[in-house]
Amino acid sequence: MAAPRTSLRLVAAIWSGSTRGIHGLGGAAAPEGSQKKGKTLLQFLSDHFYDVEFLREYLLQRQMLKVHQENRSFAYIAEKHGPYVAGACFILKQGGAVKFQNKEWIRPDERGRFPLEFSEFPGVPVEAVDASGCAINYDGLDNVLLLKELRSLSLRRCPNVDDWCLSHLHPLANSLQELSLAGCPHVSERGLACLHHLQNLRRLDISDLPAVSNPGLTRILVEEMLPNCEVVGADWAQGLNSEPEEQPQDRASPVHV
Amino acid sequence: DRTAGRWRRDWDGKVSEIKKKIQSILPGGAWNPLYDTSHLPPEHSDVVIVGGGVLGLSVAYWLKKLEKRRGAIRVLVVERDHTYSQASTVLSIGGIHQQFSVPENIQLSLFSASFLRNINEYLAVVDAPPLDLQFNPLGYLLLASEKGAATMESNVRVQRQEGAKVCLMSPEQLRNKFPWINTEGVALASYGMENEGWFDPWCLLQGLRRKVQSMGVLFCQGEVTRFVSSSNHMKTTSGTEVTLKRIYEVHVKMDHSLEYQPVECAIVINAAGAWSGQVAELAGIGKGPPGTLQGTRLPVEPRKRYVYLWHCPQGPGLEAPLVTDISGAYFRREGLGNNYLGGLSPEEEPDPGNLEVDYGFFQDKVWPPLAQRVPAFETLKVRSAWAGYNDYNTFDQNGVVGPHPLVVNMYFAAGFSGHGLQQAPGVGRAVAEMVLEGHFQTIDLSPFLFSRFYLGEKIQEQVII
Repeated sequence: MAAPRTSLRLVAAIWSGSTRGIHGLGGAAAPEGSQKKGKTLLQFLSDHFYDVEFLREYLLQRQMLKVHQENRSFAYIAEKHGPYVAGACFILKQGGAVKFQNKEWIRPDERGRFPLEFSEFPGVPVEAVDASGCAINYDGLDNVLLLKELRSLSLRRCPNVDDWCLSHLHPLANSLQELSLAGCPHVSERGLACLHHLQNLRRLDISDLPAVSNPGLTRILVEEMLPNCEVVGADWAQGLNSEPEEQPQDRASPVHV
Repeated sequence: DRTAGRWRRDWDGKVSEIKKKIQSILPGGAWNPLYDTSHLPPEHSDVVIVGGGVLGLSVAYWLKKLEKRRGAIRVLVVERDHTYSQASTVLSIGGIHQQFSVPENIQLSLFSASFLRNINEYLAVVDAPPLDLQFNPLGYLLLASEKGAATMESNVRVQRQEGAKVCLMSPEQLRNKFPWINTEGVALASYGMENEGWFDPWCLLQGLRRKVQSMGVLFCQGEVTRFVSSSNHMKTTSGTEVTLKRIYEVHVKMDHSLEYQPVECAIVINAAGAWSGQVAELAGIGKGPPGTLQGTRLPVEPRKRYVYLWHCPQGPGLEAPLVTDISGAYFRREGLGNNYLGGLSPEEEPDPGNLEVDYGFFQDKVWPPLAQRVPAFETLKVRSAWAGYNDYNTFDQNGVVGPHPLVVNMYFAAGFSGHGLQQAPGVGRAVAEMVLEGHFQTIDLSPFLFSRFYLGEKIQEQVII
């Protein structure tokens, strides 16, 4: 009796169009515990019915298309209004915030609307960009690279920012002074290594990066790589959980000898 | 009591056998009333790909992706060793770079970089976790002496024209950026800023395998021992007699037995890597008077290359790219723990009969140039080493792509002499376009066709010394 009810719930989830439902049906890494029963039912249906298999593949493709659409090129705006306005429009459309030089932060409201006065001043450069939680990826970064005088970039908790994106940041080496990558699930120490191009970086936030295998060692190596930069986030003692009492003894032993 | 236990164990075995038989009888199973044939390949297949490494799987992927109707083409991949113990793909260091002088090579590498970047869109499978290629985007650094500086400059000009992000560095800039390099003898260096680096080839192979299986490609573990072909004697416009052959059956022999299965096929793709030359000989390529098209063999042979892993406590830091010295020695960082991988192409080729490592080669030939270039490497300790095959093209060290002029339905995708892994996605797409459309559509690889061996047209990379 449980099976028909679960299938009805799944059908309702598809047609309500909620992202959680589509996520579960598309099958991109569904969590193990809570949706286990649903996962096996969907897999069973996929294995035995071509229509279900095709529908799931189609939904997965649609998810990916959505990310592509959000990261489309804004070069056509750059031709008309200049690079700063184009980059700012891109960030604001994604839900991030933009700060022009000598002006206040511009944020979109909860409906996604934002004021358009900045388009009247195409010569004012953008100083800071806050793209936290946005779906920005490698292609979208092309629009951010239009902002040649960007000083501060915040990519906190961006789900599509990975090591390739960090290697794409090198054109901003002359101006970028502050970068925050806290909470990005796909950034690893390999991407952090290519930040050595950004020699003007003064503040780097690398806290809470789950893909970095050894946060303490990574922080030490990044600090060696960027001597003028303040690296915030990973504690160097992270990972040294066992035997905390031995450390004072280690410091004492050279004195003995 | 003991007999009851044995009876229960026998019964479990019998139940699984009965289940297997019932499953094979149901629709979708291959049922042969006489014996179990589940390990044999199917009797008919449209395309048979000889070789299940990264090139073979890439061709299979693009064939299924570019087919006009779902399920239009039946593809069979025949791989001799399912553990891939000698395959060049998995023994490679996994580097990708665009610093070539032949424009087609640069285009192939650029496409491969964008394929790897979007690998979770290309190879997405429902319910499967996303792939983590462990890509390290640190780039390649090629060093040139006075003699090679002009070649390097013209190469970089071609690379930038094609869209690769490569920059030239003077010795002073090198010293500022990488203080651990000894720039004595270096006149110029080229550094790849983006789309260059190294990744995990196993992950790419498993990802391709998973995706290609979900698209309906069949895998078979066996060795191709015979091609049966039909001949067609024709006359060219000038009156010379030409024999065109068409392979219509492939004999696939199973491991450790004399059993073989004849597979009827329409197209054969030779992606056998270091053994492509042997597979081509089976098809009769090269059996003829020397100097004629029939007598031109596929000049691909296996060459052994060593890779050494060492530990150096004061070695180059996290930002070290893959450095290729003027002498040809190269090294790159591996992981966070100051381990480094490197090697050198030997002048005297070692015997490719086995994959044994010669540690003496490291002491004599690899360590001195590396220690001279990076003084910190004077105190290093070799941890381990391995050897792998390079499918070396003795003619011009570049790949062979496309159909054979006489054996009309054999297509090549081999002979890339060390670049196969990084050019696999582009080459796979090119071969699939050739098979499905009849000509190259996206990247024009006509200079890489087989006919160049007969016509003597070499496309050689300008090597930087």
